[in-house]
Amino acid sequence: MSGVLDLTAAQALERIRTSDLDASELWSAYRERALADDLHCFTWVSDADAPPVDGVPVAVKDLFCTEGVVSQAGSRILEGYKPPYTATAVKNMERAGIPMLAKTHQDEFAMGSSNENCAFGPVLNPWDRTRVPGGSSGGSAAAVAAGLVPWSIGTDTGGSIRQPAALCGIVGLKPTYGAVSRYGMIAFASSLDQAGPFTRDVTDAALLLGAMAGRDPADSTSLGLPEPVAIPSATDLRGLRFGVPEELSGEGIEPGVLDAFQATLDQIRELGGTVETCRLPHAPHGLAAYYLIAPAECSSNLARFDGVRYGMRNGGGGSLLEMYTETRAGGFGDEVKRRIMLGTYALSSGYYDAYYGRAQKVRTKIAEDFDAAFSTFDFVVTPTAPGVAFELGAKTADPLAMYLNDYCTVPMSLAGIPAISIPNGLSDGLPVGFQIAGPAFSENKILDAAFALEQAIGFDGSAARS
Amino acid sequence: MLSREQVLYVARLARLELTDAEVDKHAGELSKVVDWIEKIGELDLEGVEPTSHVVHVENVLREDVPHESLPAPIALDQAPDPAPGGFRVPSPGAGQEMSA
Repeated sequence: MSGVLDLTAAQALERIRTSDLDASELWSAYRERALADDLHCFTWVSDADAPPVDGVPVAVKDLFCTEGVVSQAGSRILEGYKPPYTATAVKNMERAGIPMLAKTHQDEFAMGSSNENCAFGPVLNPWDRTRVPGGSSGGSAAAVAAGLVPWSIGTDTGGSIRQPAALCGIVGLKPTYGAVSRYGMIAFASSLDQAGPFTRDVTDAALLLGAMAGRDPADSTSLGLPEPVAIPSATDLRGLRFGVPEELSGEGIEPGVLDAFQATLDQIRELGGTVETCRLPHAPHGLAAYYLIAPAECSSNLARFDGVRYGMRNGGGGSLLEMYTETRAGGFGDEVKRRIMLGTYALSSGYYDAYYGRAQKVRTKIAEDFDAAFSTFDFVVTPTAPGVAFELGAKTADPLAMYLNDYCTVPMSLAGIPAISIPNGLSDGLPVGFQIAGPAFSENKILDAAFALEQAIGFDGSAARS
Repeated sequence: MLSREQVLYVARLARLELTDAEVDKHAGELSKVVDWIEKIGELDLEGVEPTSHVVHVENVLREDVPHESLPAPIALDQAPDPAPGGFRVPSPGAGQEMSA
């Protein structure tokens, strides 16, 4: 592979601006590459010969509603669904001159950490095709890692951008809750869902975040960002304090991931930053709180899939109730059913206070832990995922083992704070991710620190793109 | 440990029909997950305020400006059984009684 496909999005954009590159040529080159995809990344690739707007094309996770284009959220229950409107994040990109080239496979309703819960077959990891790309935004991550698209967007509820970015050796950013509108995103857990970019490098992540973000009258929880996203340029980390939470950087993390983590901490010191241990005492309970709050919200959000207004219908010959139950039984996969039932149980009479109520209090404690850490530290850093990409099928029989993938990413989601994953090395030939989290709306500071580190690490992802 | 009866009760609340095999499978798996989640029972959370929304905003208001809605034919276009001006569904009274 050579030429235009080797360019980062920022480089391609610059060449388009200076008329050294024709946007149609870039579109065609990527369209050809996307159509030849053998990792099963895409649900749809545009059949247009020219881009709808001149710019660097993007791939979009299946769960974003896109007018007239299949938007199935990885679920049989929405098979073939073509929404009558487009999600704000996608519209914002279009307005910024970023045309949609393709849509990507995902775990059903964003529930999963391996893409194996996709109703339309798993996506393969370009570093090793016997392994998962992570999830839930696995198609978006694998497509960027394999160079099938220059950049893509996904959503992160408990780690669904950061974990697949780590497992695929690319950059993934979960913005502050509210930075990007959720309007038109098929909802999983509304108090946690947040859209963000997948890119080859940190500069592209800044560009794409800037294009997606913004307050939206159609989403009353959206806030936008308080200042424009700056192009990162830091060359050192002088004066910056990095906290390493002992709860998220030891037990349960693979040795190869820990080695890469320690090496990156050394690089932070070499760049002038300070590294010290910090405490997030309630973080180990984050996963349990998350697996109450997210299923509770999903059980409510997914009540809308009832065979009436959109999607599939089963049992139309019986009563209304039979139609509901048969449609949902046939349309939802195992994991989605499990989470709907878990959430329904947690919200049911007699259990609400013990489960959902307590989980919301744990959420408060976790947010307070981060507030306390950020009174001393600029950033909290952890390995993004406890391990590298695992083999297809390795964890499908054990839901708990699968849930542990989100151990280091869920606390930030519960606190609503931004966090980025950047590739920081290989372990047994597979990429490892390094997570940098900061206070709400500190995206510019995070991107700057990530940029300085990225230059020092010098990760080479080209092997996955060949 | 969740019993088969509890699983069936929750499935009925969630409008899910489960096969016998699914009931057994979910009883086992959900029990494991619930046991693990029970860990948060160990924490002392006396007096802690619950968090339902992480970013502190209140009273998000906007001007009440009329705007065009989706035209009905387009809103109905993706329905499994559209009828003029509405969605057609089986009769609630057909077959068994509504319960739960």
